[in-house]
Amino acid sequence: MMAPASEAELAALVADHHGRAAPLWLAGGGTRLRLPQAATLSTRALSGVVTYEPGELTLIARAGTPLAEIEALLASQGQALAFEPMDHRAILGTTGEPTIGGVVAANVSGPRRVLAGACRDHLLGVRFVDGRGRVIRNGGRVMKNVTGMDLGRLVAGSFGTLAVLTEVALKILPLAEAQETLAFPGLDAAQAVALFSAALATPFEVSGAAFHAGTTWLRIEGLAAQVAYRRARLTALLHDHTPEVLDADASRTLWQGLRDVAHFAGKGALWRILVKPTDAPATVAALARLGGNASLDWGGGLIWYRGPGEPAQVRQAAGAGLAMLLRPSGDTPPLFPAEPPGVAAISAALRRTFDPAGILNPGLMEG
Amino acid sequence: MSTIQMPVPDAGIIARKPQIVAALREVLPEDAVISDPTETRAYECDALTAYRCPPLAVVLPRTTDEVAAAMRICHDMGVPVVPRGAGTSLAGGALPTADSVVIATLRLREVLEIDTMNRFVRVQTGVTNLSVSAELAPLGFFYAPDPSSQLACTIAGNIAMNSGGAHCLKYGVTTNNLLGVRMVLASGEIVEIGGPLPGAAGLDLLGLICGSEGQLGIVTEATLRILPRPEGARPMLIGFDSAEVAGECVARIIRSGLLPVAIEYMDDVCLRAVEGFARAGYPDCAAVLIVEVEGSEAEIAEQTERIRAIAAALHPVEFRSSRNDDESLAIWKGRKSAFGAMGRLGDYLCLDGTVPVSKLPFTLRRIGELSREHGLEVANVFHAGDGNMHPLILFDANTPGDLERAEAFGRDILRLCVEVGGCLTGEHGVGIEKRDLMSAQYGPDDMAIQMEVKSALDPRWLLNPAKVFPLDVSQPWREGAAR
Repeated sequence: MMAPASEAELAALVADHHGRAAPLWLAGGGTRLRLPQAATLSTRALSGVVTYEPGELTLIARAGTPLAEIEALLASQGQALAFEPMDHRAILGTTGEPTIGGVVAANVSGPRRVLAGACRDHLLGVRFVDGRGRVIRNGGRVMKNVTGMDLGRLVAGSFGTLAVLTEVALKILPLAEAQETLAFPGLDAAQAVALFSAALATPFEVSGAAFHAGTTWLRIEGLAAQVAYRRARLTALLHDHTPEVLDADASRTLWQGLRDVAHFAGKGALWRILVKPTDAPATVAALARLGGNASLDWGGGLIWYRGPGEPAQVRQAAGAGLAMLLRPSGDTPPLFPAEPPGVAAISAALRRTFDPAGILNPGLMEG
Repeated sequence: MSTIQMPVPDAGIIARKPQIVAALREVLPEDAVISDPTETRAYECDALTAYRCPPLAVVLPRTTDEVAAAMRICHDMGVPVVPRGAGTSLAGGALPTADSVVIATLRLREVLEIDTMNRFVRVQTGVTNLSVSAELAPLGFFYAPDPSSQLACTIAGNIAMNSGGAHCLKYGVTTNNLLGVRMVLASGEIVEIGGPLPGAAGLDLLGLICGSEGQLGIVTEATLRILPRPEGARPMLIGFDSAEVAGECVARIIRSGLLPVAIEYMDDVCLRAVEGFARAGYPDCAAVLIVEVEGSEAEIAEQTERIRAIAAALHPVEFRSSRNDDESLAIWKGRKSAFGAMGRLGDYLCLDGTVPVSKLPFTLRRIGELSREHGLEVANVFHAGDGNMHPLILFDANTPGDLERAEAFGRDILRLCVEVGGCLTGEHGVGIEKRDLMSAQYGPDDMAIQMEVKSALDPRWLLNPAKVFPLDVSQPWREGAAR
């Protein structure tokens, strides 16, 4: 395990590997990907918040900064990462501390994505080391910035296959003053998705829309008076069903579990499938025929599937959706969805640009 | 004589005009190719009107396949292509060169699919920004980015420049509302990227394409995220006798945990111009904030009350909140007429730098000093919630040397934005206007990798080649790659 203590040291190390065409496996806190130990490059020693301006809603942190440290700091000022990044430790059985660099590198986004957008939507700027060992800056620390090409978003979600992130600037949002969750028991996936579509077409800013084991949940957040008003309006609109109301504490606990997919913790193949929400019921039915269980998040746009099925079978069940095997049942790496051919050619050209020797997490994202 | 240069056009290409036009006409409908110099002049500039140059020819396709056919010919014949939406760019993003073919998306006007269950709309990119929201309004939805040119500007241009607007503080900019594109590459190949799913396979190519200023391809269709319309919205107007205190008020509102949809700022120069023009009834003071909040009547009242309390602690000279639609219009009237009002005072350059919100007071003070040094008046009107400033430098285009002085003043302001931790452009793009300032914000490697990315998608550097990067920096790329 290599854990350089400065960006310059990291850059020199990557440049050296570039020169020798020697692969590097990137890790933040090591909570997500199980990698071969030998050539692992960790950013964990590049740690610490560089700037936090609550009045500007901006935070700059080094890539290895533990997520928990950032969340605690923001909470002390009544603010949060609105994209609610999930913690993969429960489903992957890993230890260690999730880092902000890892969150950005994998574009990790939780239930609030349905309202607030993904991690990449809150990214303001980055510093990274490319595959030749060059230190690159892109974007900045301000909320509106269209100066030059947006390489930050390209690197976010590239799972360390383009560059090593060393510093990220993020947009922060105020933590909602109040929250509640409406729980609708006794529905199937089709009824859940219909409920999601109805609720998400309202102006009541539903900030979570998930389904598991027959229960459908809608989270409402805002000022205290707003939450009460929104609850009344949503309940009246969805009058075919009678919800239970979970208070703030119960709501927080519930969504943390849903965020981390705690209901599918443990072992066995776990798939993460993106679909058009209205396609979700048919996909869930097809997955059930394979013999496993599915839950929904993001208003039906995200399906978690735990159960049997060869990759080809699960992909067939996913139809037009995109299926990623996040937790293989055996000791194999995760399996990403394949890119369409025209897109794959562009991606390959970009990988050659960022990492000409192909040393950064080589082959990781190949479908 | 203005100060921004364009490369010397390729005489060889200009000499081949008849062959190029003939090749385009062979694959495109008769009315889709314009080559008569009296007609191509209509495309000689965008909204940065100080710079003009008629292109070799203009292509006005109606389908993606026609865009692809035109691109393939330009690619095979080595002709630069300048993509164009409605031509509202303030940065010269659609400025042609004499050896280029303009491919405009104006006639790609179909709304292809509206899906309220999955909350997206799919359009051809020649539709105007405002018409997308107009289509959605009867269904109770809207498309969030709302640049002030939204009546005219197209979705293609919005994607190319990653356009923003007044409501970004809450809803983000184009890149946050773009789900998928159909794009024609420089080679003429058509690719589909993303779509209605909440994510795509592989790399985030949408993030790269959005805001790439026509350097990577021409987007002909777009899938856009749509949002339910809020129940209502009401602005309030807060006047202060000091710019610093107005800036402090912005920071305190944001700190309080409220998230207004818009916080707009106008300074005294702008206020006086607006009063003379629109008679909006604004107070005569150093700075006015217009803060807009959304929700039901009760929600609006609650948020307004909280902002009133925050402002009261800073002793405003005036606080006025809207109680009905007429009062809302009155409050917005001055802000919406600000650019027109400034135009009556003379010619102006509209800048677009962004600074950290905490640096607003310092930046405003420094701009005032620079104004005296350069001997040119400046008005400030901008989106304060996100620090996106729009200083308007007043000058007289008929006075020799005035444009050059205004441009020099503008460059100083933009350098200042970078120095205090901000950037050259928040929503207008680099184009030619800020091209030569890029090295103030980015180092050689920062720019080199961006140019390498362009080369990966456009190896011959045919798409909008003389934009975004300083000419001397991009010269080896442009000349080496293409020929």
